[in-house]
Amino acid sequence: MSGTQTTYNDKVVRQFAVMTVIWGIVGMLVGVIIAAQLVWPELNIGPWLHFGRLRPLHTNAVIFAFGGCALFATSYWVVQRTCHTRLWGGPLIPFTFWGWQLIILLAAVTLPLGITTGKEYAELEWPIDILITLVWVAYAVVFFGTIAVRKVSHIYVANWFFGAFIIAVALLHLGNSAEMPVSLTKSYSMYSGVQDAMVQWWYGHNAVGFFLTAGFLGMMYYFVPKQAGRPVYSYRLSVVHFWALIFTYMWAGPHHLHYTALPDWTQSIGMVFSLILLAPSWGGMINGIMTLSGAWHKLRDDPILKFLITSLSFYGMSTFEGPMMSIKTVNALSHYTDWTVGHVHSGALGWVAMVSIGSIYYLLPKLFGKTEMYSTKLVTTHFWIATIGTVLYIASMWIAGVMQGLMWRAVNADGTLAYSFVESVKGSYPFWAIRVLGGALFLTGMLIMAYNMFKTIAGGKTVDVPVVAPAGHHA
Amino acid sequence: MDINDLRSIVTVAGLLCFLAIVAWAYGKSSQKGFEEAANLPFAEDDQNSTRKTSGSH
Repeated sequence: MSGTQTTYNDKVVRQFAVMTVIWGIVGMLVGVIIAAQLVWPELNIGPWLHFGRLRPLHTNAVIFAFGGCALFATSYWVVQRTCHTRLWGGPLIPFTFWGWQLIILLAAVTLPLGITTGKEYAELEWPIDILITLVWVAYAVVFFGTIAVRKVSHIYVANWFFGAFIIAVALLHLGNSAEMPVSLTKSYSMYSGVQDAMVQWWYGHNAVGFFLTAGFLGMMYYFVPKQAGRPVYSYRLSVVHFWALIFTYMWAGPHHLHYTALPDWTQSIGMVFSLILLAPSWGGMINGIMTLSGAWHKLRDDPILKFLITSLSFYGMSTFEGPMMSIKTVNALSHYTDWTVGHVHSGALGWVAMVSIGSIYYLLPKLFGKTEMYSTKLVTTHFWIATIGTVLYIASMWIAGVMQGLMWRAVNADGTLAYSFVESVKGSYPFWAIRVLGGALFLTGMLIMAYNMFKTIAGGKTVDVPVVAPAGHHA
Repeated sequence: MDINDLRSIVTVAGLLCFLAIVAWAYGKSSQKGFEEAANLPFAEDDQNSTRKTSGSH
């Protein structure tokens, strides 16, 4: 190895990894609170803590604060390790951390105050949108700058996924956030009517496709092989997986607007592309799970691997469910019901959160100079609590959702509605209570993780690890 | 030429482009490079410590 000891920049990875756990707790706590508000409406206290204001806070906190920090941490770790070079970008690197934290804090202040654009998953007002753009451009410069100065010829597949996630999110954010400010805290969308709805769900679904899928697949393609101790099952499949996903995801958005003013042909295109998406999604899931082929015994006593492989199972489940729900006739039953909420959380808790938690458990000891987590037993406990919580959550929402859909469409012989809306609300109560329990279990798991994390950090040394020289190219 | 012709051409070109990627990915010539790339995450293990995979079972 060379004499000059360049080290990896793990400081920023440490910061983002710790904040992943912290924001996970905050975001999921707000989730449990709003779930409880649906069961006990008395908990809607004042305008600031009302369901309508806390719900976007929950989604923003879990997606962009928890998920975002996990993506920053893992992408910065992976790109350095697989490019054999230190993170490039100087002051831009800490700017991405502090800038992102500032955005999260601004979201936590403005959303309860009712300052919102009203666009789902893009609620933040225009000054924050500009800050997001600046941080995101800095992120792209750091990430692609690091790839540009890599010491190996190949760009590992995980970096392709992270790269696509960064580019697509930039595109989506700029496209959907085009708005006309009228004051510091109020703006109006540049689009109107059905165009606005289509742009919103082009954004919304691709936020799922690129923020919540491509980025986390980047995690999967690095941490599953690492933890399993063997290369990915098929690199060829990973290449096809990548391009198939990129080619199809962009067109799936209209399935959020079935039976609306959106033209029928647009709805059908959204449905067809959503169905096609099953192929790349399952290709990726199979590729990840089959990486363990021949090493299944490792699942028995490695809770990190349990998290990663279970996350892929939930990924497979929700990417089967999603295309089914995009079929218009199925959507006629499922849309606007809790089935959608269950589907989202099968992806969000089962896939996104579990793959992040597994990856962060992998990183924490390495970041703080330990060989393993303070307590592997607690990681196992966390795994089971999180799994039970997720299953309770999605099962209760499936039942509630199908029930609501059936009640809303039921008609008497004379054509009048068989049930009033409030009857379906009443029927949903028990399932909403089960959801609170499921969410509380998942949150408990995160609290256990935080305890384990601080115990692991305590007394640990943060050593700057020298950059590993790339292996000499074989013959 | 109608704008819709252009749209059709782009759609077909997109499909052909994807099929070309599949052919390339599953072609013989890319296999060696893919093997190297697939082992990129393991370069550290080779140099810093003994492989965990060997000898564990």
